[in-house]
Amino acid sequence: MKGWKEIPDGGLILEPGNSVEYKTGSWRAKRPVWDKEKCINCLICWIQCPDNAIIVENEKIRGINYDYCKGCGICASICPKEAISMEEEK
Amino acid sequence: MVSLKELSKKEEKLASGHRLCAGCAEPIIVRQILSATDEPVIASNATGCLEVATTIYPYTSWKIPWIHSAFENAASTIAGVEACYQVLKRKGKINREIKFVAFAGDGGTYDIGIQALSGAAERGHDFLYVCFNNEAYMNTGIQRSSATPMGASTTTSPAGSVIPGKKEFPKDLTEIMAAHKIPYVAQGSPGFYNDLIAKAGKAFSIKGPKFMNVIAPCPRGWRHPTDKTIEISKKAVETCFWPLYEVENNEYRLTGISKLIAEGKKEKLPIVEYLKMQGRFKHLFTEKYKHIIPEIQSRIDSDWGILKKKCGY
Repeated sequence: MKGWKEIPDGGLILEPGNSVEYKTGSWRAKRPVWDKEKCINCLICWIQCPDNAIIVENEKIRGINYDYCKGCGICASICPKEAISMEEEK
Repeated sequence: MVSLKELSKKEEKLASGHRLCAGCAEPIIVRQILSATDEPVIASNATGCLEVATTIYPYTSWKIPWIHSAFENAASTIAGVEACYQVLKRKGKINREIKFVAFAGDGGTYDIGIQALSGAAERGHDFLYVCFNNEAYMNTGIQRSSATPMGASTTTSPAGSVIPGKKEFPKDLTEIMAAHKIPYVAQGSPGFYNDLIAKAGKAFSIKGPKFMNVIAPCPRGWRHPTDKTIEISKKAVETCFWPLYEVENNEYRLTGISKLIAEGKKEKLPIVEYLKMQGRFKHLFTEKYKHIIPEIQSRIDSDWGILKKKCGY
């Protein structure tokens, strides 16, 4: 953490999107588990994820970013193919 | 029709690591709305959950220029930025297109920010105002606002032996903004992302003041499981509690599922389907307060009838 002499005036934050340094995945009580076989890459889970935690590359889902997923379960509840299930976090 | 595959190639404008609750609708709405433009965007944000949780010092989740000033003036803040942009553009110091957005909750819009919003709309600034309507002051602990629906229990309208939750119906802010005769006013729901992104895209393409009122289920305040956010935001539309419509140059148009309901192609669900999913309405299912549900239903039916007429049905 920077001291008051080093921080910018006026409460400015000069690094866009630096909240990625803060990992919200530790909040999670339940973990979404993605089944690649059932997934049809409709990307509905991606557009409805509050935490950008669905990893999409080249129009295809590659997995779930557990660094940020808070385990809300929206993805599992809206998946048309039941390709995501929620499991207790150990 | 919006292509999610195309959208997924764009860079996200809201980063992960924000501290909004699990299952919060607000970041979903931000992501959907900001995905609708490729131009650079500048945002102002009224005090509220979104502002607090996305910018906990020294972190920010915003990848776009973003400014917070106070609770009541998201609209005048962005109006000032936009006016500055117009001057710089006239002087030839900026020559690219920039879009301006104000984000605020229902507290910062329906109650505290309405004068700033109304003023900025009347002055004709070129900005899009998005209200995240979670129907109470969630950030400070679920106090009722003028957007809170009748019968909802909040910490300042607690359901108990004396009152059945909030006693008053909410005001219709979308209609108030439509009465400003601004170029574009719309109501949306994150559950129907196609509709919401299309509306945001349209709003970004229009010059002048634009207003979007978006329902934002809140697991903490509405007392529902975190995974039901999207389902509830859909139920709100399917019961006609929150119809999807737009007012473009004073012309009313129903959109999405609401249009299908008006045309008889889809069933209009009874309001119970919406109420029963949320703990804030659970007292309405007791002997003492069960008479409230028909009151809510009849208000919805009458409002829906009025809206349908405006839309030409």
